[in-house]
Amino acid sequence: MIPAKFDYVAPTSVEEALSALADAGDDAKVIAGGQSLLPVLRMRLNAPEVIIDLGRIDALRGIRDDGDAIVIGAMTTHADVQADPLVREHATLITKAVTEVADPQIRHRGTFGGALAHADPAGDLGAPALALDAEFVIAGSGGTRTVAASDFFVDLFTTAIEDDELLTEVRIPKKTGWGAHYEKFVRVAHQWPIVAIGAAVKVDGGTISEARVGLTNMGSTPLRATSVEQALVGQPATDEAVRAAAASAGEGTNPPSDLNGDADYRRHLATVLTRRAVLAAAGG
Amino acid sequence: MTKIEVTVDGAKYADDVEPRMLLVHYLRERLGKTGTVVGCDTSNCGACTVHVDGRSVKSCNMLAVQADGHEVTTVEGLAQDGELHPVQKAFHECHALQCGYCTPGMIMQSIDLLNDNPNPSEEEIRTGLEGNLCRCTGYHNIVKAVQTAAGGAQ
Repeated sequence: MIPAKFDYVAPTSVEEALSALADAGDDAKVIAGGQSLLPVLRMRLNAPEVIIDLGRIDALRGIRDDGDAIVIGAMTTHADVQADPLVREHATLITKAVTEVADPQIRHRGTFGGALAHADPAGDLGAPALALDAEFVIAGSGGTRTVAASDFFVDLFTTAIEDDELLTEVRIPKKTGWGAHYEKFVRVAHQWPIVAIGAAVKVDGGTISEARVGLTNMGSTPLRATSVEQALVGQPATDEAVRAAAASAGEGTNPPSDLNGDADYRRHLATVLTRRAVLAAAGG
Repeated sequence: MTKIEVTVDGAKYADDVEPRMLLVHYLRERLGKTGTVVGCDTSNCGACTVHVDGRSVKSCNMLAVQADGHEVTTVEGLAQDGELHPVQKAFHECHALQCGYCTPGMIMQSIDLLNDNPNPSEEEIRTGLEGNLCRCTGYHNIVKAVQTAAGGAQ
């Protein structure tokens, strides 16, 4: 299958990209790594008149230490995030989750910012970004603004990025010394998660002192299990204690029902996977 | 039309292409490199895997214009001076194919995997090849071939 015809623009700076976006208006679509967009174009589920390719903007690529946060350029590939020692040390949950994105070939082309901006509720990066209180730096004609993860994910495939704006980088506050795990439930390899849980915990002397839990594919956006997080604090990192705290993981969620499982099944799965993720994160 | 300059299997090409042309179609239809096949056309099966700047990608999931200025290696560019690449040899020796349709992609991904991890465990091989499907389900000998190639490289 071949995409419908489009005009192709390949800017080399964020400013050029923003002006190309302004010129094209509603008819433009931004392509990052294209690993989600190209299948959509080939199946002709979308047929934009203009494609603006961010692949030539070197400034959007790379990972840096910014004191209290790790900053990941939007066009950094999943593979580069996966291999990065700074991310591994200070944002282990991101390393664990990005390792589970699709397959090696997709991770070589697909980008960290592209996947987050695409905002597929079954995407593997949204829940970890939300759980870690990531901040999204968004550029527009009037300058840049920073949006908290809790405001970034708006709905299915919808984020706070406006039509004339671009995501340029994602700031992940450091969680140095925390344990982390991403527990993804699939039936076969290389599948979107039916449900997945990202957990990061700080353990002091066998007791959980802080916890973050993010839920993938449990609603139209990534979700945080704040009741589980609160219940975990002060608990020993034992199977019994974590099982009890994880029991509320499905509360307040609105998961889809489809051929892989109905909503009740997913709510149950969330409790099981939360227990596994938290225990693995705590080193149990 | 957009002008691209791309190096494929060591040779330089300059071409005008439609922006919507997929890299796999450019390789097959413009350059005649039909060793790279279209399998599923949905970016699932990995049969179209090639290397771009030394890393594996699915060439049905990339536009030819995105390859402008980059270096592409296909399964046709692996043999040197008539001598098969060690991974190609291992696939031959282990009979790591049934119908053979997935083979070009399997070989390209196996090389990428071994570049990253020269001594993979069986599990690491299976995980590393998770983006490549064999519809004959002939995975056993494919894994054996990667193990053989890894051993040969020691």
